[in-house]
Amino acid sequence: MRLAFAFLAGALFGSGLLLSGMTDTTKVQGWLDVFGDWDPTLAFVMGGAILPMAAAWAFTRGRSPLLGGSFPAPPEPRIGRNLVLGSVLFGMGWGLAGLCPGPALASVSFGGLGGLVFILAMLGGMAAAPTIRERLDRAIPAE
Amino acid sequence: MEPDWIRGLLGGLAIGAGGAVYLLANGRIMGASGIIGGLVDGSGRSTGRERAAFLAGLVLLPLVWIALLGVAPTTHLTPNLLVVVIAGVLVGVGTRLANGCTSGHGVCGISRLSLRGIVATAFYILAGGLTVVLFRHLLGVI
Repeated sequence: MRLAFAFLAGALFGSGLLLSGMTDTTKVQGWLDVFGDWDPTLAFVMGGAILPMAAAWAFTRGRSPLLGGSFPAPPEPRIGRNLVLGSVLFGMGWGLAGLCPGPALASVSFGGLGGLVFILAMLGGMAAAPTIRERLDRAIPAE
Repeated sequence: MEPDWIRGLLGGLAIGAGGAVYLLANGRIMGASGIIGGLVDGSGRSTGRERAAFLAGLVLLPLVWIALLGVAPTTHLTPNLLVVVIAGVLVGVGTRLANGCTSGHGVCGISRLSLRGIVATAFYILAGGLTVVLFRHLLGVI
C-alpha cells in the first residue's frame, strides 16, 4: 500500500509538472527573467500547488497518516549557513538551466541527451554533498 | 489550447494533490531533492522502495500522457553541455546542502508557513533571478 500511494503521489507530481509547463526551461527562466519578456506562469503553479498542500497540513492536526507512523514534526525555525548557501547554489543552477530536481526527472523521457547529462551531473552533486557539508562544517563551524 | 496560466494553475493543483497524498497517506514530505538524494547518498536506504515507487510515478506518467495525447513536449534546454553540467552540479549540491528544493521548501514548506522554507525559497529565487539576468543579459551565455 505504501508503494501504491507513493506511486500515485509521484504520478500526480509528474502529471502536474508536465501540464503546468514546468518541464519547459523557457517558462522557468522566463519567470526568473524580470528584465526580459516576463512569464507569470510559475507563480500560478506555485499558488495552485500550495492550496491543496495547505489544506493537507491543516488536516494533519490531531491525526496520523493513513498508512501508519506519524506526521513529520515542524522543523526547528533555525536559519543556518547551509540553508542559505545551499539555496543560493541551487538557485544559480536553477537559473542557468531552468531545471530543478522534479522537472528534470519528469522530463527524462523527452528531454534528450541534455536532460540525461543534467540528471547525471545533479546525481553527482548530490553524492558529493555530504562530503562538502562535512568539510564546510570543519572549516567554518556552523553556529 | 488553454492559456498558460490556467494550465499552470491546474498543473499546480495536481502537484499539490501529489504532495497531499504523500503527506496524508505515507506521512512524508514530497521533496524531489530529498527523495532522490536519500537514494544517492544512502541516507534513505530504509525507505528506498517507497522512494523508488514515487520516482517511478514521476518518470512514467509524463510518458503515459505523451503516448495517450500524442503531444510532443520539449524542454528547450540549452544545447551548451558545459552550462548543463555546471547547472546540474549546482542543483545537486545546493539542494542537499539546503535540505530541499522547489517542491520541499517551496510547495511543502511555504504551505505550512515554515520559516526555513520561506527563507530558502527567497534565496533560490533571488539567486536564480540574478543568474538569469547576469548570464542572459550581461554575458549572453544562456
